[in-house]
Amino acid sequence: MPEEVLATFTVRRLSILNESGDADEGLMPPLSDAEIRRMHELMVLARTFDERALTLQREGRLGTYPPILGQEAAQVGSALALHPADWVFPSFREMGVHLTLGYPIHLLFQYWAGDGRGLRTPENLTIFPICVSVGTHIPHAVGAAMAARYRRDPVAVCCFFGDGATSKGDFHEGFNLAGVFRLPVVFICQNNQWAISVPLQRQTAAATLAQKAVAYGFEGVQVDGNDVFAVHRAAREALDKARSGGGPTFIECLTYRMADHTTADDAARYRPQEEVETWRGRDPILRLERFMTQRGLWSEEYARETKEAATKAVDEGVRTMEASPPPAPEELFDHTGATLTPRQAAQRKEP
Amino acid sequence: MAQLTMVQAINLALRQEMERDDRVVVLGEDVGRDGGVFRVTEGLLERFGAERLIDTPLAESAIVGAAIGMAAYGLRPVAEIQFMGFIYAAVDQLFAHAARLRSRSRGRYTCPLVVRTPYGGGIKAPELHEESTEAFFCHMPGIKVVVPSGPYSAKGLLTAAIRDPDPVLFLEPTRLYRMMREEVPEDDYTLPLGQARVVREGTAVTVIAWGGMLERVLKAVVPYDADVIDLLTLNPFDGATVLASVRKTGRAVIVHEAAKTGGFGAEIAATIAEEGILHLRGPVLRVAAPDVTMPLPKMEEHYLPGVEQITRTIDEVLRY
Ligand SMILES: Cc1ncc(C[n+]2csc(CCOP(=O)(O)OP(=O)(O)O)c2C)c(N)n1
Ligand SMILES: [Mg+2]
Repeated sequence: MPEEVLATFTVRRLSILNESGDADEGLMPPLSDAEIRRMHELMVLARTFDERALTLQREGRLGTYPPILGQEAAQVGSALALHPADWVFPSFREMGVHLTLGYPIHLLFQYWAGDGRGLRTPENLTIFPICVSVGTHIPHAVGAAMAARYRRDPVAVCCFFGDGATSKGDFHEGFNLAGVFRLPVVFICQNNQWAISVPLQRQTAAATLAQKAVAYGFEGVQVDGNDVFAVHRAAREALDKARSGGGPTFIECLTYRMADHTTADDAARYRPQEEVETWRGRDPILRLERFMTQRGLWSEEYARETKEAATKAVDEGVRTMEASPPPAPEELFDHTGATLTPRQAAQRKEP
Repeated sequence: MAQLTMVQAINLALRQEMERDDRVVVLGEDVGRDGGVFRVTEGLLERFGAERLIDTPLAESAIVGAAIGMAAYGLRPVAEIQFMGFIYAAVDQLFAHAARLRSRSRGRYTCPLVVRTPYGGGIKAPELHEESTEAFFCHMPGIKVVVPSGPYSAKGLLTAAIRDPDPVLFLEPTRLYRMMREEVPEDDYTLPLGQARVVREGTAVTVIAWGGMLERVLKAVVPYDADVIDLLTLNPFDGATVLASVRKTGRAVIVHEAAKTGGFGAEIAATIAEEGILHLRGPVLRVAAPDVTMPLPKMEEHYLPGVEQITRTIDEVLRY
């Protein structure tokens, strides 16, 4: 009996916009000039927010903070493909997603300043609270997708996580469930190639992360994560597919963590500066600006106005955050359960 | 009214809640076509269909994790973990998420979830099929831990657990599944979570138990003038009922089948010491399993507290 080949697979990589700012017109998603400018403005807002967060942290006005520098395209490009009714399950390094969806800036700062009230998502958004325990929110997204389908809601669920999360059991259990039930969920990995000090090669022996989806019976695709058009196109297609009953998709955005893991980390201890410099040339905002210049969408004046608007919004966020009074001690007992237990009620009264 | 086993009573509670509320869905391993390995969900697939009786892949963390996502979305999932010894893979989901979703989202998202699992010893089953590690779960604020002790309490408590707005771990004493029948009303009734039941009144000693141990306690106390308290909910536990009884009797014996060290008996004993010590005539004593791994069937009766051990301990405290 001869051996047979039972399965073969291919992994696609999508890139549209190169480092010089040239776009493959055949692959460009349909975007108006105004939408392209909106993408750029949001990426600038994300970077401005990030820069300010680092400054605030150094000044002792924010706690430990995980920078998003270099990942703006992967976050803004994907979040712009979401519909208002879609559900989003973020990890902790997707502030670009929050900002794109309109999560109030002062709440983001409030959370990173160590005030839990910043994690209360406003009623008009369906964003789950930031997940600190790596990858453990993946099954939640899958469950929400099961519920959405049971309810016949025409929505997609979108779950964000890093490359480190792909080693967790919950990634595999969640992907498996999503595949078995063909659920309306899109998984987006921000593969920034580092999980604190552990490089991608120590996270997996596979050639790509995207191919992990194949084992669970659905499509995985890698995109150039610093190419906002490629990210957007892949996310849009995957979300449309999810909403129309086509099942799950895994999108691996290959990008790079330009900064330290967090403000409490020193990446110089474990990675060469040359690697960072190589990626600096692939900056997602620079690339989009080159494209916009070619298109006549960029001018000194536009750039200045964009930066000013972002700075103003961030300033306003800081002001609001710092103007809000600190939580009262009794608030410790708020939201532990629908009602306090007798012991909690007694503890709440204790001095 | 029908005489039902605990398996039948739980099945009835699930069936009635699913009839009443289309948000209630059941998920777990073998819960659908097979009706569960103990047949607790028998017939529900036929009645409610595969969208509401969901046979999942073998993945405990994803069962509980997905149920959390469903609950947050607005459903009322009842997840089954096939045996308590396999819940450990889902502890991360229970502790890091279910217990704190309401708190960390500052009330925006809630987790009305029930995780049911057979627990406890005395059924001559393989390794990890007889665990009784309820105390771990009582240390996590945000999760209620409920243990019925018979068919009647099982139906009333499970109905209350499904309607509860927060996560509930519902531990079903496997040994009792078919051991006894009780009158179980067809009618809708609930037993309030957090409320113990005084099963028998007496004045000389208070004996506190839950789940599978209650049946042994009731055999042991026959010759004594004992108050017997069936805790029913471990977290939050009904300290008021316990303290009222201890104030009356001046003596307390706590019986549980879990290992002694760090068992839930310690919490009860500490509460009595804090709030009732001046009423005590003697030490608070615990009847518990030794601090060893739950053994395989040949040794299980050496491990589980027996009637004789309970009476010996009652005798001991009555000497004071
Ligand atoms: C389950 C878990 N283990 C460990 C940690 C500590 N930790 C925080 S972030 C991180 C690395 C995460 O890497 P990745 O998933 O690639 O995300 P990134 O930080 O690169 O965005 C670790 C180990 C954690 N938060 N959760
Ligand atoms: Mg990473």
